[in-house]
Order: sequence, then structure tokens, then C-alpha cells
Amino acid sequence: MNRQRLQRVLVTSASSVLAIIVALVVCAVILLVTGKDPVKAYSTLFGAASETKVLQGMLNRATPLMISAAAVAIGFKMNLFNIGVEGQMRVALLSTAVIGGAVDLPAPLHVAFCFMIAMATGALWSGIAGWLKVKRNVNEVISTIMLNFIGLSVVAWAFDTFFRLDEEGESTSLLVKTKDLPRSAWFPDLVDRRLNGILIVAVVILILFWILVWKTKFGFQLRASGANAGAARASGVNPKRMIVISMLISGALAGLVGMRALMGDVHAYQNNLAEQQGFNGIAVALLGRNHPLGIFFSALLFGFLGEASGRLQLDDIPKEIVTIMTGIIVLAVVIINEAVKRWDDRRIQRRAAAMVEAAS
Amino acid sequence: MSRISILSSLSPARRVIFVSLGFVFILSMVRVLTGTDDLTSSGTISSTLRVATPILLAGLAGLWAERAGIVNIGIEGMMIVGSWLGGFGAWKWGSWAGIGLALVGGALVGLIHALATVRFNVDHVVSGIAVNILAAGATEYLSIIAFKNNGGGESQSPNGKGGYGTFDLPFLSGGHIGDWKSPNILGWIEKKNDIPLIPDLASFARGVSSNVYIPTMVALAIVPLTAWVLWRTRWGLRLRSSGESPRAGESLGVPVVRLRYQAMAISGSLAAFGGAYLSCVLTSTYRQGQTGGRGFIGLATTIFGNWNPVGVLRGAILFGFPTALRFRDAKNVPALLLVTAVVLALVSVLLGSRRKSLAASGTAFGSVLALFTWITVDEVPSEFVAATPYIVTIIVLAGARQQLRPPAHAGQSYRPGENH
Repeated sequence: MNRQRLQRVLVTSASSVLAIIVALVVCAVILLVTGKDPVKAYSTLFGAASETKVLQGMLNRATPLMISAAAVAIGFKMNLFNIGVEGQMRVALLSTAVIGGAVDLPAPLHVAFCFMIAMATGALWSGIAGWLKVKRNVNEVISTIMLNFIGLSVVAWAFDTFFRLDEEGESTSLLVKTKDLPRSAWFPDLVDRRLNGILIVAVVILILFWILVWKTKFGFQLRASGANAGAARASGVNPKRMIVISMLISGALAGLVGMRALMGDVHAYQNNLAEQQGFNGIAVALLGRNHPLGIFFSALLFGFLGEASGRLQLDDIPKEIVTIMTGIIVLAVVIINEAVKRWDDRRIQRRAAAMVEAAS
Repeated sequence: MSRISILSSLSPARRVIFVSLGFVFILSMVRVLTGTDDLTSSGTISSTLRVATPILLAGLAGLWAERAGIVNIGIEGMMIVGSWLGGFGAWKWGSWAGIGLALVGGALVGLIHALATVRFNVDHVVSGIAVNILAAGATEYLSIIAFKNNGGGESQSPNGKGGYGTFDLPFLSGGHIGDWKSPNILGWIEKKNDIPLIPDLASFARGVSSNVYIPTMVALAIVPLTAWVLWRTRWGLRLRSSGESPRAGESLGVPVVRLRYQAMAISGSLAAFGGAYLSCVLTSTYRQGQTGGRGFIGLATTIFGNWNPVGVLRGAILFGFPTALRFRDAKNVPALLLVTAVVLALVSVLLGSRRKSLAASGTAFGSVLALFTWITVDEVPSEFVAATPYIVTIIVLAGARQQLRPPAHAGQSYRPGENH
């Protein structure tokens, strides 16, 4: 690795770490102002890292975040903003629970079949946004937001009308489920009931994501379109094709986001299943700078914060401080990136000026 | 085609009146035909007004931001902050203090979004998402600190103090003058509902002139005020120029950065007013999740309304109407399908006469589909009523793109003083 590249990597990771520090400081102030002890809060929060159970929970929570962040990041790589991961995930959840539950296959095949269904449904839903963008020039931010709500409504209606299974004695709507998936479609646990194996799938997805984006022609074209759309088009990249393909890949990944909850945990669809996990991928992708390694560590961080936040309540501190922290991290990381970019621009300009001066 | 030439020969204001009258006429015919008296009852109209007001405010919030060149995905978050502060203020000091607090807090959140997007040039969508996360987290956190063990709950404020006055128009809607109750002429006409059109017009007039909350009237007054400020004042022209072409504005000495801060403060206040309307006016408590995506419906309304105040009002009413009908009685909703079918059929004829055959056949297909659905279903699921604004917006974006004119520079990166 040459010096410049090393420098770049260091600056990039330093800015993400700085964003986390900023968030910790701001939240400490918020805790202080609201009469809570930040030292106690943080020692409880990060002290939980010593418990195996919390670490297992962290990995479980990080699993869907890695996948949803990859789904968001592939769009980001070409300045395409898929906010619809949440909706694509939800549509895929119900279709997989229903179709996957209706067939009978041997175990590994059944799991693969469920994955296919989830990816196909997610891609179908994101494909609408891709089609609208390419054919009708509809901004994908708006269309994916709208499709989120439409998907939510359609799924809620279909679930309520056709697929819900009312069991006796279960009165609250949260407990109402679809028919259970057959055992052959359950994804095995790594640690029984503590840690699900889809974690491995998520890590493999991140590796594939890295290969796709940095080691293939498609990935090169993707990054070229993101860096300079005009130049990419001039060198023969078809922007419409790129939009449709990346939107479809993004949606297919989004379809897999809910699978830890569906195939690894609950084994049936219910109303709040995997809620927010598609949405939280945006924060993970931003903090991870759309790089697989960054996404991996960010997902671990957010997974940990989510898991450990419950401990705060023992100290009478609302666990929602972690949500505030997430919001501040997102804002801080993009602001710091922008500041670093400007600083970098100026540095390069100065160096160029010095070189010109030396030459003359 | 005589009908078409009549339409296009009218001045814009008269065209609006003509089209609205036509719409009331269709509603009235459908009411008589299907016996759905609630379709145009004054009760439906006034509840439409109440449902539409927060959407209207959210839509205006989007309009103010985008007209100055900032895309505001954070409207939902700003509404959440408004609903929390409204609930908090109304509980501590009374109902008007709730709205006042929400306006101030909303402006501050708007300024955070402006700081990120204008000063630090952060992507507008990302900053908006951050605002939404922050708002949700902060209100949930503060609810536990402020409301729990104080008469409220973990996700709910205690009841607010005091209410708001309502307004009834004297003579026409039976308002009071001093202590004397004037006659309710419109109410009397409305009851004669076996004839079409006239009672419907009366009930429309009564719906918007009786039992109207003062905050609703304030919100409605913001529509012409926005139109006047943005299109008739120097400040408004400059503000819009920052949304259309900030560099051109900059070269003429327009303080683009300052204007964007001001616009975002207004946008945040409007969104927060919409939130407070939910927690102070429609109910008297803040509840977590009360805004329920209205910020995003507002965003849709801004687009549907073509970034125009009157268009936003029209969108808010259109999006609020089905919900209001369903609130009153779910059996009312199918009649809307027939209304949709008739309206789409007329639009299709209109488009056909202008030789836009593709659009005409599209709307004709929609019309047939609506008619078919009306014939076959007895009840429209509430989920579809909820999804209507989003579906309509996507169709409008996909189908009527040529008619939409968003501010040219909204959402793009801009650094003052930079050459391009």
C-alpha cells in the first residue's frame, strides 16, 4: 500500500471515529442537562461489552444491519439513494413467509428457495423505483419513500385479510402471526437460541459486495458513474442500465435484511417483525463510508448500542439516548466528511501551487 | 370541443371556481345516486378540514424549504418535535403556549437542517434523515424524563390545559353576535338533501364556516400569506431565486445563505405547527407516533401541489377527504370510487380532445378500473385509504411530469462564492 492510499484510509477511519466521539460528547451533555450521570451511563453501556450474552446479541442485531447497509451502499456508490430498503424488506418478509411456508423441500434447498423468494420480491419492489427513474425520470428518493408506505399498507392489508392465523388466547395484534415456516426453512443457530447463523451469510454478502464493487467491470462502471456521471457516460457506460441493475441488486439485498428475524428467530411473519432494520442500514452505510469493512464495524457498533441500551434502564436512564446518539453520529459523520474533503482539496491545491512555483 | 375551449378561455381564478363547481356537482350526483349522504355533509367537510390542516402545514413546510432550494425530508421529524413541544407546553402553561413553543422549537430544528445543508453542504436527504432519527430519539427520551411519573406515561403527555375557541359565521352558520344566536341559514338549506347541488353547496359553505378552530383558520390564512410573501414581495422573489438559481441570485447581491436559513426556520415552524395541531388541537395529549407519517404525506402534497400554496391546499384537502370520510363511516368510502371513475372519465375525454391519446387511454383505464372496483367491493380496506396519497403522488410524478415545475436548484449542492 503506498503512502497516499494509507493516508486516505487513515483519514477516512479517523473521521468516522471522530463522529462517534462527537456523538458521545453531545449525548453526555444531554444526559447532564436532563439530570443523569453520563459517567455512570457510559460505564453501564460499555461495561456490558464484557458479557458474552450481550456480544451475542450484538452480532445478532448487526446481521441485518450489515445486509441493509450493503443494500444502501450499492446505490450510494453511484449517487443513487434507495430509502426504500425498509419497504422492500417488508414486502419480501411477507412473501417469503407465505411462499416459503407453502412449499416442502429438503433443508438446504428450502433455505436457498426462501432466499430466492426474498431477493426476488425485494428486487421487484425496488425495480418499480428503478423503472420510474429510468422511464419516467421520477426521483428515486421520493418514489422509494412513497413505495415504503405503499408496501407497508399492502402488506398490512394482505396479512390481515389472507394470511394471519388467529390462535386462541392470543389477543394482542403483535402476537398474531402467519403459519410457521416448516423446520427445513429455519436457518440454523451457531449458538443455540443465542446466535443465528445468518451472520455468516451477512459477512459473505459484504465480501461479495467488495468483490462486485471493486473487482469487477460492473463495479468500476458503478463507481465511475458515481464519481463523474458525465465522464462515465462519455466512456460508454449506459447510465439507465446502471440505475436499473444497481436498484435491483439493492432491492434483492433489502429482501434478505429481514431473514434473520424470519428464518432465524420468529419463523413466521408478524406485524412488527424486523421493524426499522431496513431504515437503520442508512445510518450504518453512512458511518461505514459505503465500504464493506466500515459497514462491518459500524453494524457491530450499532448492534452493540442497541443491545446494551437496555442495561441503561437499570440506572433509570432512558435507553432512547442511543437513538439520539445514532442521529448525531449520522449528522456528525457527514459534516466531518465534508469538512475533511474541503481540507483535502485545499491541501492538494497548495501542493500543486508549490510544485508550479518550484518548477518556475 | 366547446367544453374545452370554455375551460381554456377562462382566467386561472375562474377556472379554479369552474372546476371546483364541477367537482361539487359530481360529488352531489354521486351522493344522490348512491344515497351516501355523508359524502358532502357539513360534518364531513369540517372533519376534512381538520384532517387536512396538519397535512397542509407539512406541505407548506416543504414548499418553503424547496422554494429556497433545500429539500426537506426532515418534515416528519420537525412535526414530531412540534407535537411533543405542543403537548408539553399545553400541559405546563396552556394550549396557546403549546403552539408557541412548537413554533420556536420547529424553527430551531429547521435551523439545524439549514446549518448542515447550507453551512456544511451536507446532502439534503441525509441531513433530513438524521433530523428524523434525532427527533424521534429526543422526544422518546424526553417523554420518559418529563411525562413519566408526572401524570403522563412513557410515551404520552398528561392532558393539556385549556382549548381553543371555535368560530361560527353569524347568520349563515348560526354564529353568535354578542349573546344573540343568529339564524343558521346554511344548516337549514343543507337539510333539504333530496335535491342535488344546492344543499351540497350549502353544506360545503357550512362545513368551512361553522365550528372551525381558530388554529385551523390561522393555518388556512398561511396559504394566501405564503402566496403573497413569496410572489409579491421583494424578499419572496429573492428567496425563490435562491431556489431557482442561487449563483445568478448571488451575482445580483441576493444573500442566498441568509435567505435559506430564514426559509428553513419558517419551514420548521410550519411543520412543528402541524405537529402541535395534532397534539393540542385535535387531541389534548402528545402521544408517541402521533404524526404517523404525515410529514411524508406533506412532502407528497408539496409535489402534488406543484410547489404552489393553492396547489398544496388542494392536495391536502384531496388527501384528507378519504380519511375524513372513513373516520365518519367506513361505508362512505366506496362512493369515492365512483367519484374517481367519473372524474377520470372526464379527464380522459379532455386529454383525448387534446390528442394526448396515451394519457387519455391511461386515465380511461383508471376510470374503468375504479368503476369496476366500485361495482365489486362493499368496503375499501383502511390500508388502501391510507396509501392513497402516496399512490396518487407516484402516478402524478410518473404521468404528469411535464406539468410539474419544481424549483430548479432544490437539493443541489451549493457553496457561496464558488465558480462553476
